[in-house]
Amino acid sequence: MERCRLVFSGSGGQGVITAAIILAESAVIYEGLVAVQSQSYGPEARGGATRSDIIISESEIFFPKVTQPNVLVCLTQEAYNKFYTIPRPGGILITDSHYVETWKKVDSRQIELPLYQSVIKEIGKPIVLNIAMLGAVIKITHLVKPESIMKTLETRINPEFLSMNQTALELGMNLAEDYAMEWIGGH
Amino acid sequence: MTGTLKFVQGNEACVEGALYAGLQFFAGYPITPSTEIAETLASKLPQIGGKFIQMEDEIASMCAIIGASLTGSKSMTATSGPGFSLMQEALGYAIMAEIPCVIANVQRGGPSTGLPTKVAQGDVMQARWGTHGDHAIVVLTASNNQDVFNITIEAFNVAETYRTPVILLFDEVVAHMRERLTVPEKNEIPLVERLQTSVKEGVDYHPYLPREDGRLPMSDFGGVHRYNVTGLYHDMWGFPTATPAIVDGLIHHLTDKIRNNVHVITKFKEYYLEDSSTVLISYGSAARSALHHVLNRRKRGENIGLIELQTLWPFHGELIREKCKNARLIVVVEMNLGQLYRQVKMAVDRPERVFLANRVDGVFITPTDIKNMLRLIQGRGV
Repeated sequence: MERCRLVFSGSGGQGVITAAIILAESAVIYEGLVAVQSQSYGPEARGGATRSDIIISESEIFFPKVTQPNVLVCLTQEAYNKFYTIPRPGGILITDSHYVETWKKVDSRQIELPLYQSVIKEIGKPIVLNIAMLGAVIKITHLVKPESIMKTLETRINPEFLSMNQTALELGMNLAEDYAMEWIGGH
Repeated sequence: MTGTLKFVQGNEACVEGALYAGLQFFAGYPITPSTEIAETLASKLPQIGGKFIQMEDEIASMCAIIGASLTGSKSMTATSGPGFSLMQEALGYAIMAEIPCVIANVQRGGPSTGLPTKVAQGDVMQARWGTHGDHAIVVLTASNNQDVFNITIEAFNVAETYRTPVILLFDEVVAHMRERLTVPEKNEIPLVERLQTSVKEGVDYHPYLPREDGRLPMSDFGGVHRYNVTGLYHDMWGFPTATPAIVDGLIHHLTDKIRNNVHVITKFKEYYLEDSSTVLISYGSAARSALHHVLNRRKRGENIGLIELQTLWPFHGELIREKCKNARLIVVVEMNLGQLYRQVKMAVDRPERVFLANRVDGVFITPTDIKNMLRLIQGRGV
């Protein structure tokens, strides 16, 4: 991995921005990588299609926004409709099969995962959907190790919720098992 | 660098810098995109015995930090354009009364309430001339977290050294973006502490009588000396006067102490200037896009370089003239209608070489924007 650009999108409250921060922080603090995270601020971050950009790299990052992501995650139909065209050719588009009906063929590899349904079935609470998504992302991309994500979570959340998050992370990783790639990113 | 590695927003990097510099007092009124500075300090300052006050507005905030500083505390406030407008009167008072303090203005789109959540760099001239009357001011900026941290410390150091308010002119992109920050061990970065008077209790203290080196030692207000502080022209006792010779001396003292030290105060970074026929000049978040573009074009063999200014005011015109003397093309990259551009044009020889590459629609200027504008400027089409 020389440089990987990701966009996480969904609706305000789903935790996509939190997931983005956790991923980028894990890369910087526990993996010695360079990362930049930014997010949409205005009213759209409080309801409509919210978005967070992450760049993870082995070298310095100057322009901090993502125009053509290697990895796009859409957790709502609205986010998918708005952003499905932006991945760079050969990139990955991850959607949640409960929330998103994919309807266009794009130049990226589409991966539909039953994240929401599995989280509800196995854990019963949708609040860890974002962590399950993160599990899928790191399984597919190998950007950071799951232990790094867990270390970051330990510094951020109440200890009594750690095991639920760990379960969600593993759930996401298992769902994405068949899609793990050898290499992601570009120069 | 050794220290503590963090992953934080630019606003938090500013807070870390302020605390490292010895901030003891913050008064402010929250406003996007600067709110995280107040939010973070509200939790951190009390933990180290400092004071945080949320004021009724920005006018009161500015007045409160002036008062706190006068009593001996390193003080700051943080705001954005609309609040910065309200602070201008008291800012002039701090300049006139020579009270060290730091004002962070995280810029958003203006004028008026403008674009609260979007990026802009439209306050460059307001920072310079927002308050009335001839005066000097120090305005610093940065484009990444480590520099935000360092420049915030520098702001406190400059404020104490010259007894002047210092403005930190950040922008929404740098303020809200998260990236790594290494907070160095204590004492790794030198700090300037308040120059205290050696005049003992019971002995006359002249608050505005400069030492031989021009500096004015301070006495904590409310301490052992009684003295007057005013926004009126004043004598060495701090009492109002309209004596032409004293007025003339004071206005030149206030402006010269900054202008004569422009070479000391000025901080900048330069990239590939040696052989560059095209020189970009930028600052704040726009400099990130400019540098991205420069590195891209360098890989393709173009002779292009960048000057990133961290000190906007006082503007070091001589430095810019010297650095740009061999350039065929000088392009100022900023997110306003040409506030620094005009300054550069005035500074360099053959000003017809100077062009503006900008964006003012609330969208962060991209390396592609810069590339396209450069192609048009060079007559090559997009």
